[in-house]
Amino acid sequence: MLLSPYATLGDRLRIGVLIGWCALVLAFLVLPIFVPVPLSVNSEAFFTFPLAGFSWRWYEEVLGSDQWREAIWHSIVIAIGATVLATGLGTLAAIGLTNPRLPARRVIMGILISPLIVPVVITAVGAYLFYARFGLASTFSGIILAHTAVASPFVVVTVGASLANFDRALMNAASICGARPWTAFRRVMLPAILPGVLSGAAFAFVTSFDELVISLFLASADQRTLPMQMFTGLREHLSPAITAAATLMMSLSIVLLIVADRLAHRGRRD
Amino acid sequence: MKTSFRLTGLAALAAGLLATAPAVAQELTIVSAGGAWQAAQRDAWYKPFAEKMGIKFNEQENSSTLALVQAMVQAKNVTLDLVTVETATVLRGCDSGILQRLDYKKITDRSKFLPGSALDCGMGLDVYGDVLAYDTTVLANGPTSLLALFDTKTWPGKRGMRKVPQGNLEWALMADGVPIDQVYKVLATPQGVDRAFAKLDTIKNDIVWWQAGAQPPQFLASKEVVMTTAYNGRIQNPIDQEKKPFKIAWENQIIEYDMIAIPKDAPHLDLAYKYLAYIAQPEINGKLGSFIPYGPVVKDAAKFVPPETLAKLPTAPEHMKSVLVADVEFWGDHGEDLTKRFNAWLAK
Amino acid sequence: MGRSVALPGAASVAPVTDPTLAAAVHRAARGQRLTALLLVGPLLLLLLFSFCFPIASLLGRAIYDPTMADSLPRTAAALQAAPDGVPPDPVFAALAEDLLAAKQDNSLYAVAKTLNSLLPAARSHVLRAGRFLQPGQPATRESMTGADPFWGEPDTWFAIRHGVQRFTTTYLLAAIDLRWLPDGGIGQVPEGEAIYRAVFVRTFLVAAAVTIATLILGFPLAWMLANLPNRLSGRLIMLVLLPFWTSILVRTAAWTVLLQKYGLLNDLLLWLHVSSDRFDLMYTRTGMIIAMTHIQLPFTLLPIYSAMRTLQPSQMRAAYSLGARPFTAFRRVYLPQVMPGVAAGALLTFILCLGYFITPALVGGPADQLISNFISNYINVELNWQMAAALSFILLALTLALYGLFTKLLGVDRLKLV
Repeated sequence: MLLSPYATLGDRLRIGVLIGWCALVLAFLVLPIFVPVPLSVNSEAFFTFPLAGFSWRWYEEVLGSDQWREAIWHSIVIAIGATVLATGLGTLAAIGLTNPRLPARRVIMGILISPLIVPVVITAVGAYLFYARFGLASTFSGIILAHTAVASPFVVVTVGASLANFDRALMNAASICGARPWTAFRRVMLPAILPGVLSGAAFAFVTSFDELVISLFLASADQRTLPMQMFTGLREHLSPAITAAATLMMSLSIVLLIVADRLAHRGRRD
Repeated sequence: MKTSFRLTGLAALAAGLLATAPAVAQELTIVSAGGAWQAAQRDAWYKPFAEKMGIKFNEQENSSTLALVQAMVQAKNVTLDLVTVETATVLRGCDSGILQRLDYKKITDRSKFLPGSALDCGMGLDVYGDVLAYDTTVLANGPTSLLALFDTKTWPGKRGMRKVPQGNLEWALMADGVPIDQVYKVLATPQGVDRAFAKLDTIKNDIVWWQAGAQPPQFLASKEVVMTTAYNGRIQNPIDQEKKPFKIAWENQIIEYDMIAIPKDAPHLDLAYKYLAYIAQPEINGKLGSFIPYGPVVKDAAKFVPPETLAKLPTAPEHMKSVLVADVEFWGDHGEDLTKRFNAWLAK
Repeated sequence: MGRSVALPGAASVAPVTDPTLAAAVHRAARGQRLTALLLVGPLLLLLLFSFCFPIASLLGRAIYDPTMADSLPRTAAALQAAPDGVPPDPVFAALAEDLLAAKQDNSLYAVAKTLNSLLPAARSHVLRAGRFLQPGQPATRESMTGADPFWGEPDTWFAIRHGVQRFTTTYLLAAIDLRWLPDGGIGQVPEGEAIYRAVFVRTFLVAAAVTIATLILGFPLAWMLANLPNRLSGRLIMLVLLPFWTSILVRTAAWTVLLQKYGLLNDLLLWLHVSSDRFDLMYTRTGMIIAMTHIQLPFTLLPIYSAMRTLQPSQMRAAYSLGARPFTAFRRVYLPQVMPGVAAGALLTFILCLGYFITPALVGGPADQLISNFISNYINVELNWQMAAALSFILLALTLALYGLFTKLLGVDRLKLV
């Protein structure tokens, strides 16, 4: 797959260099993520190597406290809510935007990506002042709404990019063949743009899951999120408990991904 | 819960139910900065007060407290009763009219507080010192004064300082020979400001800047610097709990207070005042020192602080030989423009 | 607007002479326009409510500040008739009345704070006036300047004149290091205070550097991932997504551990004998860009990867079989088709970098604060929301202008990138 069937020795060499480069980039991307793992069992409260000693104390702190568990749960719920909304509405909007007949396209596009540009602290204060009027401050709905706003541009941009290569004539063809619009979308368009939709969804998820500033304004103690819990000690002390929490989240996601991988593989074999 | 009732228009029904239901325990909502400090407040003050009054504390943690209060006041949706803020920002909140002007008649005699700790909109909670800290395994014979920051001949190497003008300009003037009681007078003149920045210029290349209070002990642990300014509590904790070989130089420390304030239109104003009156009692005020090495702000409280803690406090007599109390009014006047000038200087 | 774009569709069937056909074509076009609007509508409505209204009202504060106008109405009126410079007695009398009234309803502090952001150190003079002014004693120029020479300075009155206007451009000008001059013109702020233009330039340069770095690192990797067998590439993509489960705070902390002087990276370089001395990476621009590149890499990589995934491998094979050299095939066939993905990824990373503030604070050096640090400081510490709004407005305007320029210059519209 990586080589054209007519590859020469030089091509092979070039591919070798490329693979080496990609391995390095992958290492740059992934290795730093594992730095917190050894730190999470450090007996000392500092981020330094070599470790002073081994201890489970940070795991006890995270797993033993309701606050941490609740915070993780809240963050997952909010992130899923925001991801679903942003991905659904964002995908529709991207399809509409790529239609050349849409009036005022550039203006609409400017509006749709502006949540990315406005500094998040401005969004947070503005959202609080406005949402409080509707009783949406200190509610899950309020946080999800604000997170959807800042997460949706990711979906619009990534889905828009993958639609750029999509030939709209295919949709006409589908409708000529008698497919209803929904069927045409599901069977023709969606498979073609799926990688873009999934990337957008991943961005939307991480944007909400890792969002701190808006939560600081819109969440009260009942909606405390994981980033809020992580930042709480920063004035005092950057507690290695955050490395334990990070290690737990990563292990959880790796397990989930492996399970999904296995299931998908088994499904294919059957 | 409350908000969902409001949303679904069941407010009237809820009010009817509440009127017939037995009195529910009042809730005092307090926002603090979290971490070990909030835990200490909880053990020393929240729990006994809640028990005494038969109320509940609804604790929140936030690092944008004052902006949140301003947003709440402007949205006419204040749900907080008490907030802790830094000395540096309490004045801004006061001027903006988002904090209650305190009626000290409802708390205690204002003269019972340490100088500068009973402000119009904020009551001191505890004292901390901006001090100099170093690792004794790196500097065996370390400095005793903060002015060592400016002495790169005797103490070469990187030094950590907070990335704000507050404190650094004062120390620069002191190191340039200005007597402690003249520092703010000199700093209020353009020539004084120039002089302070000129002094900072002499060590600019040796400074590593920190922004979060958690960074200085980390700096020392990773040997990134030979010495660093820090809040005394953030250095004392690793000494006590992690047995770190850190040491504090107290001479020319700057004394600051953590403040507690009541937001304008707080829902439980009376109860909030009662809490302030409660923690202003000397025997209660001194209790915090048993949980975290921060000193009391009420003058008579020192005798209620355990002696081994007292020796670690910025207000211990042997640490008070030369100190500067941060001038809130000065920074209220000059904070914004000196911050701008400081940032312009940093970028040069 | 959309009609002028020539694209496959009913409208490009020209010229239409049959009136019924013309009507049908017109109807079809209108139907399509409606469908497009209906598709965009839900998100647009949600954003209008959850984002646009809230932000517009906050950004409006950049030009609207009624504090002084509301508290000093008599002064504002009296100043209308007064000549430039220090005004005559009636204005002083009006000011004294206003200040005393403001003291009564506790708005004096707000006046002091607002004037202070226009004129440094004005705060304490206003408060002092609140103390020395006595009700019932009409103030004159002489009495006020005698009590505090501050009130006899032309600068003071210049600031008051500006402060009592509800609509002001002062904050917007200050956000680009400009100010009104006493003669009515616009000039530079003094050298020691000029800062924001440099910060904006720095912010955009850092964003550009990180974007380019992620492209150099990400493009080949995306290509490899898109061309590996499904199963393997799926697993590697999961590796790419793994950082998303770790908070940005943890990732930044990890970089401090790696970059510090006695950290892992320096240990590694020493061990590899790349250098004999330890590098200062922490608290430098280089260290900050490395950490930001790491955090942003997935944002650049994934859109490129998805664009490459949707490409038919047969097209490249067709190019080869038509005799194209691999490089030519890549440049003429492959690149144009993945360009929308590259543009989308670069756009996301570039814009996201403009908003960084945790990583610059923890890893960056003294001159590495980006614009968001300043905006956050004005919101949280100074409580000067006018200035925060002004800086945000400039950032938004600059970024949108840059985006417009970008789409125009590169003709991204032609590439159908939204």
